[in-house]
Amino acid sequence: MDFFVPILAAAVRSGTPILYASLGEILTERSGVQNLGLEGLMLMGAFSGFTVTYSTGNPWFGVVTAFIVGIAISLVHAFLSVSVGANQIVSGLAVTMFGTGASSLLGRKMIGLTIPGFSKVPIPFLSRIPVFGPVFFEHDPLVYISYGLVFFLVWFIFYTRPGLNLRAVGESPVVVDAMGLSAVKLRYFYTMIGGGLASVGGAYMSLAYTKMWGEGMTAGRGWIAIAIVIFAVWHPARAVLGAYLFGGVGAMQLRIQAAGTSFPAPVLMMMPYIFTILVLLVISIKKGRGILIDSPGSLGIPYSREERG
Amino acid sequence: MKKFILALLCVALFFGVSAAGALEPVAPKDLKVGFVYVGPVGDGGWTFMHEKGRLEMEKAFPGLESFFVESVPEGPDSVRVMETFIRNGARLVFATSFGYMDFVQEVASKNPDVVFMHCSGYKSAENVGNYFGRMYQARYLSGLVAGKMTKNNVIGFVAANPIPEVIRGINAFTLGARRSNPDVKVKVVWIFSWFDPAKEKEATLALIDAGADVIGMHADSGAAPQTAEEAGVYVVGYNNDMSNYAPTRHLTAPIWNWGMVYETIVGQVVDGSWKSSDIWWGLKEGLVELAPISSKVPAETVALVESERTRIVDGSWDVFSGPIKNQKGEVVVKEGEKMTDGDMLGMNWFVEGVEGEIPQ
Repeated sequence: MDFFVPILAAAVRSGTPILYASLGEILTERSGVQNLGLEGLMLMGAFSGFTVTYSTGNPWFGVVTAFIVGIAISLVHAFLSVSVGANQIVSGLAVTMFGTGASSLLGRKMIGLTIPGFSKVPIPFLSRIPVFGPVFFEHDPLVYISYGLVFFLVWFIFYTRPGLNLRAVGESPVVVDAMGLSAVKLRYFYTMIGGGLASVGGAYMSLAYTKMWGEGMTAGRGWIAIAIVIFAVWHPARAVLGAYLFGGVGAMQLRIQAAGTSFPAPVLMMMPYIFTILVLLVISIKKGRGILIDSPGSLGIPYSREERG
Repeated sequence: MKKFILALLCVALFFGVSAAGALEPVAPKDLKVGFVYVGPVGDGGWTFMHEKGRLEMEKAFPGLESFFVESVPEGPDSVRVMETFIRNGARLVFATSFGYMDFVQEVASKNPDVVFMHCSGYKSAENVGNYFGRMYQARYLSGLVAGKMTKNNVIGFVAANPIPEVIRGINAFTLGARRSNPDVKVKVVWIFSWFDPAKEKEATLALIDAGADVIGMHADSGAAPQTAEEAGVYVVGYNNDMSNYAPTRHLTAPIWNWGMVYETIVGQVVDGSWKSSDIWWGLKEGLVELAPISSKVPAETVALVESERTRIVDGSWDVFSGPIKNQKGEVVVKEGEKMTDGDMLGMNWFVEGVEGEIPQ
């Protein structure tokens, strides 16, 4: 247990930035828009969150700023993919390129600086439960918020009226329009909120995980988050599993090395990717057999009122 | 008036160009220098330190103009970058990563009157020289400090990628640590990345949980020192003085000082004395250094560092002098022998006292 508890705690810690981004992308994709800009959004969130925290001294301002910055950038993506009907893959990649470039250009002066950032706040009583306590309840506030967010999103998406509308617009915007709701407005809204969450995931990296800014510090986690969405088959609870699995395997391979066990590290590092490929495989096999898969039917397809029917 | 200035410019340009033969002296104001960087200047590590060196060089030669392109892939793209430099008037080009080697050769053969300096490579030509630093010397000195400061006799090492440069550094660090404390073990964890703060943090935590109470590192961010500070264990930084990340726990750091190489080479080009050579400078020349040692380190250890530095600097001894055993306890370098530069540059085995494997 002494060996596994720290691995599980590390899985939660290192899975959290991926989890935020995945939850955001689930919202976006559930509305029928694909946003491949997560990596850029995370970097902008990491940079803007760090900058504001550095100048104000309050990491919460950093988180809020990151959220707003993420919303603002996703507005552009929403405009291109919803209003203009541009290729969403291209637009998403543009967001990644923009975020990577802009954050490194603007972040120059922040290199080498440190901030107090978020520190660990063990939750009274809960953190004393054996195994569960240290794994889940000895983290920083952003981790706890992500727990709440998962429960909220499961409830929201599957048990509320607006959640039904969200799923409907991802499935068939025509129907949503016929219901008298605006498919365009819904897609704008969820693309922006989703981008905001991805950006908060980036801020977690520069404010809580490591309290520093460095160019490209998300190191590909935005792409992993996109893979997790597929892994999770667009369900927030399964995204938790996926994010922690990715985080846990990464932590485990480092700890196996530290323990002096001779297990080929690269093999372990391949595991998360193999898992994702397996999930993709299962999804496509099941689809072929006509089994209902809970993926948004209109994902990535631009919708225009004039063209319906 | 405008025409006059234009005419003046033309004259200046004419002389500037005609005076720019590789071996003819050239005034700093007529010299343009291009830098090819492999990473972003904001990486806080490798490229950051080269950029620092470039700025120091600019300061040392007022009027000299230099420019850089960052994040240049180690492929054909680098040829385009270097050719652009030359079209913009560069007479001297620094390529700061190993993978540019063959592309430097290609561009250099087409531009015989431009001087090329390639960092960490081994191919030279009439107008191509190489430069690199004996970082292992500074790493050895930092190991002396780390060995003294561990109580558990376990030092952790966060290692980026398994290439000879990193392996050489871990070996030198271990030799130093065991010189001041023969019972020390150095545990190595590979993160397989040059820059990933989150992974560097996790590796540091893994090493601390495995018993390490001093952390050494070869990675580019300050995440390991920051984590060590939070966990209350000592840390030896890398690249530059990382004490801002670990104000109370930073012991020292082996650091780069590229500015002195750049100043020397520009000086040679300016006075026309430049000749192709392979520069592999160390503590003696000042290309690598040791950051200030923490006041927590006992005076006897500081004195040991000084005396070891003295015999490295005066050339009477070097880090990889025998007897040196490998992990299995077999003697690899015999008593009285010294590893050649070639053997050091291709090092692919760990010395006795390192716990960890080199992924094949």
